[in-house]
Amino acid sequence: MNDTAMDVAPAPADTWPDELFELLRAHKVRQVAYVPDAGHSRLIRRCQADPAIRAVSLTTEEEGIALMLGAWLGGERSVLLMQSSGVGNCVNMLSLGILHRTPMPMLVTMRGDFGEFNPAQMPMGQATQAVLEAMGTLVCRADHAADIAPTADATLRMAFNTFRPTATLIGQRVLGAKTFGKE
Amino acid sequence: MSETASSGTLRRREVVPALLADRGELLVVAGLGAPAWDITAAGDHPRNLPLWGGMGGAAMIGLGLALAQPKVPVLVITGDGEMLMSLGALATIAVARPANLSVVVLDNEHYGETGMQPTHTGAGVDLAGIARAAGFPQASRVEAMDDIAALRDAVHRCDGPLFAQVKINAEALPLVLPPREGALLQARMRESLLGPEAHLA
Repeated sequence: MNDTAMDVAPAPADTWPDELFELLRAHKVRQVAYVPDAGHSRLIRRCQADPAIRAVSLTTEEEGIALMLGAWLGGERSVLLMQSSGVGNCVNMLSLGILHRTPMPMLVTMRGDFGEFNPAQMPMGQATQAVLEAMGTLVCRADHAADIAPTADATLRMAFNTFRPTATLIGQRVLGAKTFGKE
Repeated sequence: MSETASSGTLRRREVVPALLADRGELLVVAGLGAPAWDITAAGDHPRNLPLWGGMGGAAMIGLGLALAQPKVPVLVITGDGEMLMSLGALATIAVARPANLSVVVLDNEHYGETGMQPTHTGAGVDLAGIARAAGFPQASRVEAMDDIAALRDAVHRCDGPLFAQVKINAEALPLVLPPREGALLQARMRESLLGPEAHLA
């Protein structure tokens, strides 16, 4: 992995990114919106390589909320991949999912959550779940690698079966916190 | 010149019906405020999604819809204020390059819903130029009513993505309100595309 990156990517032996990819396939997700993220890097690459999935790179996460409404209007399932800081960029746009009763599943990798090094990540990391819930999103957490796929499966089912924004927060405990050589 | 003057002269309620003429399979997303009232004044339709909120989201809703229905023309009609809030979406759309998506900005150089405060377009910000620089293969500034029929035809050709900045005057017109129930607005467009199966998804 890229040692100069500030975020932590899953280790090659970790299987949960591949399990998430298989879940997206099983749930017939056709549009995957994302803002580049180290934690989701392998999942994003697998989506980009799958001809059945349209991977859409965004300039800001709120674009992904609007995209999910458009996808559902057109009869396709979609998902938004982002980091916890991006949740803050989505707040008002999440009103679309409540107003229109639109499935909007989100898979969020956490920063500012468990052993964080960067103080700038703390405010949004600590507010992520509260912000999502304040906007009516159903939130589940996964803090151990074995919990990620079952939790994401529940998040996808509740979005597509009950028509609302839902999120799985993938805890920083899973990925670990980078310390830039300063222990 | 009054505070609410615009450099545009076209009339929005003449432009929008001309864009929606012989609409066929056309899907329409309208930004909140006057564009939503305009498409409703032209005749409410199951394939209209007039937005009541989510300012800055219209173009990206159009992208998701265009990717899901690549054979159907999708037209986003929005205002200059709404488009200015999501200039990044123009980059995202240009990169995704959906041939069936058109984004038409009705540019009156003002925020109409909040009392006609000026937007940046009146100060010279060139939305068509931004779209062109982002990579839209078609991006034009439209100032004459005679050019609207050609724009309507281009929307249906599906060889975009297409962007047009239509310069309109800053008149405030009577509200023509669409349904406010968002679940209805979503369900009726899905049903028009997918049939009754839409509700069994």
